[in-house]
Order: sequence, then C-alpha cells, then structure tokens
Amino acid sequence: MENENNVLEVRNLKINFNTYAGTVKAIRDVSFDLRKGETLAIVGESGSGKTVTTRSIMGLNSPNAVIDSGTIMFKNQDLLKKNRKEMDAIRGNDIAEIFQDPMTSLDPTMKIGKQIAEPLIIHKGMKREKAYAQALEMMKLVGIENAEQRINNYPHQFSGGMRQRIVIAIALVNYPEILIADEPTTALDVTIQAQILDLMKELQAKTNTSIIFITHDLGVVAGMADRVAVMYAGKIVEYGTVDEIFYNPKHPYTWGLLNSMPTMDTTGTELPSIPGTPPDLLDPPKGDAFAARNKYALEIDTKQEPPFFKVSDTHYAATWLLDPRAPKMTPPEQIIERQKHYAKLTHKAIDEHKDKHVEEQEEQL
Amino acid sequence: MIDYSEENKVLQVEHLKQYFNMGKPNEVRAVDDISFDVYRGETFGLVGESGSGKTTVGRAIIHLYEPTSGKIIFDGQDVSKLKTKQQKQHFRREMQMIFQDPYASLNPRMKVKDIVAEGIDINHLAKDDADRTNQVEELLETVGLNKDHSSRYPHEFSGGQRQRIGIARALAVQPQFIIADEPISALDVSIQAQVVNLLKKLQRDRNLTYLFIAHDLSMVKYISDRIGVMHYGRMLEIASSDEIYAHPLHDYTASLLSAVPVPDPEYERARVQIPYDASKEFDGKPRKLVEIAPHHWIRASEDELPMYQKRLQEKSRTKKIEN
Repeated sequence: MENENNVLEVRNLKINFNTYAGTVKAIRDVSFDLRKGETLAIVGESGSGKTVTTRSIMGLNSPNAVIDSGTIMFKNQDLLKKNRKEMDAIRGNDIAEIFQDPMTSLDPTMKIGKQIAEPLIIHKGMKREKAYAQALEMMKLVGIENAEQRINNYPHQFSGGMRQRIVIAIALVNYPEILIADEPTTALDVTIQAQILDLMKELQAKTNTSIIFITHDLGVVAGMADRVAVMYAGKIVEYGTVDEIFYNPKHPYTWGLLNSMPTMDTTGTELPSIPGTPPDLLDPPKGDAFAARNKYALEIDTKQEPPFFKVSDTHYAATWLLDPRAPKMTPPEQIIERQKHYAKLTHKAIDEHKDKHVEEQEEQL
Repeated sequence: MIDYSEENKVLQVEHLKQYFNMGKPNEVRAVDDISFDVYRGETFGLVGESGSGKTTVGRAIIHLYEPTSGKIIFDGQDVSKLKTKQQKQHFRREMQMIFQDPYASLNPRMKVKDIVAEGIDINHLAKDDADRTNQVEELLETVGLNKDHSSRYPHEFSGGQRQRIGIARALAVQPQFIIADEPISALDVSIQAQVVNLLKKLQRDRNLTYLFIAHDLSMVKYISDRIGVMHYGRMLEIASSDEIYAHPLHDYTASLLSAVPVPDPEYERARVQIPYDASKEFDGKPRKLVEIAPHHWIRASEDELPMYQKRLQEKSRTKKIEN
C-alpha cells in the first residue's frame, strides 16, 4: 500500500468486454484510493463504468470481461490476481456489497435469519445458535422491529425499505472493512431512502467501515459522501472532497451534471441540459471523450486526452481548461454562484482557524 | 399565465373512488374519494410515495379502469358515459399517455414509423402514404430525432431516445391533454433534463395540458404549475408549486419535502427530516378537502381547520418579514 490510511488502492485499471459487436472498452485507466472510514461516492451516467469498477473489486465481473491492466491493492495484496476460492474468502467477509434492488438480492426461499447468519457460519465458522444470536443483534441494529419473531420470516413478508435493511444487515454482519453500495436507495421512495441513508451513516460511525457509494443522484451524494469521483465514458474526470466538487467544480461535465438537476429554487423556462448522448465505448473517440457534448471544448480536446490537473491537494480534474495555456472560459452562471459560495465557505474556514489560533495564543499568555 | 377561471377547466375529477377486489378480503382502496380540477394549458403535478394511488388516478382518468364511484369530466363530458364508438375514439384522441418505462412501452417488433403512426392510422388522419410518412418524419423531428430513424426498431435506441419516440406517438393524434406517468424516472440525469425541456417546449408550442405523475419532487416542482400531494389513496394538499414548497401546510407534505435530497452538501449536513405519523389520518374523523386560501386546498376535519388557518397566517407573516 502506498499510503497507510488507504484501505484500497486502484491503479490504472483497464477492463474490456468481448462482445459480438467487438471489444467494449468499459474502464479506461481508472485510479483511486479509498481511505479508512470514509465514504467515496462515484457518480456518473449509466454506462460510465461505475458498476464495472466495483464489480472488479468484488471479483464479480461477467466471464467476458478481460482485465487489460491495473492493480487493485487490498491489505498489500492484488485482488485481481486472486483466484475464485481466495475471492470467496474475501467477499462477504472483508468486502461486502449492498445491491440496488432488495427485491432480487435476497433469496426468496430462505428465512431471513438464515440469510443474515450465513456469512458468519461460512466465514467465521460459527455454530448455528451463536450465528443466529448475532444475526438477531444485527436485525435490531438495522432497525427491524420484533426481531425475535421476524427472524423466521421470508423476504416477501417485508416491505422494500425493510428488505434493504436486511440486505444491509447481511452485508455488515461480519463488520467488513469495505462496503460497496451500488445505488442502494434508487428503488426506494424518498422518505424510505432518507431512513436508509441515515441508517448507513449511523452504522458507519459505529463500525468505521469505508464505503464506496455508487449513485447518479447528486442530492444523495451531497448528503453521504466525504469525497466524490465523477466518471464519464470509463474514466474518472474529476475527484475531490464533496465541497470541492459541489462548490468549486472544474470539469465541464461536472458543471453539466450539477446544472441539469433542478433544485427547489430552479425556475426559468429551460433546464440547462447536456446535449447529445455518451460515446460508444466500442470505439471511444480520440482525445477527450466528452468533447462532442462540451460547449467549452478546445481544439486540443479532439486530439489529445487531457491529463489530471491539480486544483488543490485533494482536488484534481482532467480538463484542458485548467492548462495554463488555455483561454479563459466563463463557467455557467449557476456554477459561478456555487463558486462564490465556495469562496465564502473557505474564507469562513480560514477565519475560524485564525480565531482559534488567536485564542490559543491568548491562553498561552 | 394560466387562466384559473371556471370556464377554463379541462378536467374535473369528482369524488373518484377506485377499489380493487371489491367485497373480497383483499379489497384495496387504491383511490379513495379524490377531487381536483386541471385547467387548460397548465401542468398539474401528482406526487406521493409508491402505493399512494397516483398511477391509478392517471389510469382512471384515461378510462383504463371503470371508476368504482365518482365522476371524471373531460371537456364537459363524463368519461364513463361515452357511448358511441366515435365518442370514445374522439376522447382517446384528445387524451394521450406517456409511460414510465421506455423499454416496455414500445412494441419491439414494430418499426418506429409504425409505432408513431398507429394513432394516425386508427383515426384516419393521413390522406395517403406520402402524407403519413410526412407526418411521422415531422413528429420525429419535433421530438429531436432524425427522420432516418423511422425505419429502425426500438432496440436500436437509447432510453432517452425511446422516451422521445413515446412522446412522438402521443403527439401523433394531436391531443390536448397528456398524462405523463413518471416519464423521466427511468432516464439518466443528463437525459432527464433534455426530456423535461422537450415536454415544456411542446407545451408552449401546442398549448398542451399535462398531468405529470412523479416521485422526484425537485423535478415536479420545476415542471408543474400546481401540485397535488397524495397519500394512502387520498389527496392531502393541493396548491401552486411555489406555495407547496415554500409553505407546506399538511404534516405529510412537510415530511415528504424534508426527505428530498438536495445537491448541496451544506444543506444536507444541516438537514433534519421531519417524521410523519400517519395514524392520525385513521382517527375516524370525517375529513375533506377545504380551500383554506385561494387555490390552496387541504384535507382536514372541522376541528383541524383553525390549526391550519393559524399555520397559514404564521407562514404568510414570515413571508412578509423575509420580503
């Protein structure tokens, strides 16, 4: 591991899918870190490669996936080099996943008590009674009422929100180091979604699990994430802390995403939308894959792929607009508003720091 | 601006009840005594959780169900009393629907031109083949597709494009009223904005009236002139979209709004979700929709009215201070 605070290091990951139509370049050089106890949100449209990235961490990609290059380091070991048996020992133990649809990710013919106890029996070699006792504790922890009776119920006897709580209980029963949540609330109503998100935050505080949170809902990201990575066409195009991405975005795709989601204050006759559709990854375009939909595209975007430019120690964006030679561009009005807010925020942070410093000095005196 | 006068009502839903499995132990009261009006040229948003009955309301309005009781009056005529074939066909021309899932709502074995032209054929709106092709190509261009697309099959299109085909099909018979049942929830964020812009543009150009059913509250707020909030098959509150978001009167509306995730980290850190206790809806008191302020309706019992009036006054007072 390059940094001891990291629980996971993904480097230069490239994954292709062999299909009848040709080779789909689904992941095109993705690198990121996951730190201890943080929530990293990966956002992007369908087909941008969010799910494929996490599937490769879990070793769950379909048989036609070919790992072209890259490493996924976990506990100083490369997960991509592990065989199926070795991955079985990690999956559900060190790394667990919550899937999108709680209706299909539970076994309809198995009582939920057994489903929650199963990871304990398999990975920890626990006896049935002990595992069930722990499963019961877990059910209470995720907020299932009458757990003693309900442990013998089948999934169909629960509502969607309750089923997702059961899925969370199964994922967390072994206290994994990494939890992957792939659109865990997309199938749920807003009120239930809010409950599940609160539950995940609460459990994370208790267990110090690192979470990779995949979603396309920027509202959910704003509430859940410590850091955000924005993916487009199989690449990460921008990453930074949640405040940096929401209040000081640099990549035009991030601008487009933020603007196309109306907030409660949005008015006017037209929503700023991103024109066109994502590129075909059978034959990714030369240069910046977003150039064709980007009204801020420069000539170089069609020729050469932009590298990551540093915005701050934690914030990087892959756009030629950040090159010192690039012409000055004015971002959309709404983004300027966000940046003004960011300026206020950072100043406030600096001021607070100053005050603290002064207070300390006074104490010393 | 929308003309909210009596004559401008295009749709009146009066005490609509839609029960399923009547008289059996598993009777479901999907819609239980709902009344509201929709005015010409406006977008009426219908929001609520899954199971609140919003889709059933939409389907009952377009007469896919026979209402258990109550009336649906469209353009001055009771929808359930349409007798002749011509009357029914006329009604179906005037009212069209856009469905949620663009993958399931287009026949995979029909070419795009035949999907779009089905309504044209049934209503004999084309003089000859050339006219039919013309109309289809024009429609495809209206919704932002290419006329070359007309001889392709649905599977060749992305989700956003398919939804455009669904919109073109609805427009083909020149309706005045469109029911859009979660038309964007299956689409990606960047594509959602495109489709919403298209729907708004078509409304301006063709003076369409929309019933927009959705659970994404920020999008509903953006597209709707007025919003009705449904819960357990009942309408709890109706008001203009600005009013309902700024000053929700009903506890359920406030709770629903407090759960909406907002793409603003600072707001999210400070967010407090308001819990809602549904049990008081079942205390047996008779409740009905009351117009508590002009165009602001709330479902309340007699003894709750003073409480809501007080809330309204407090809210308008804070509004004045803000100004």
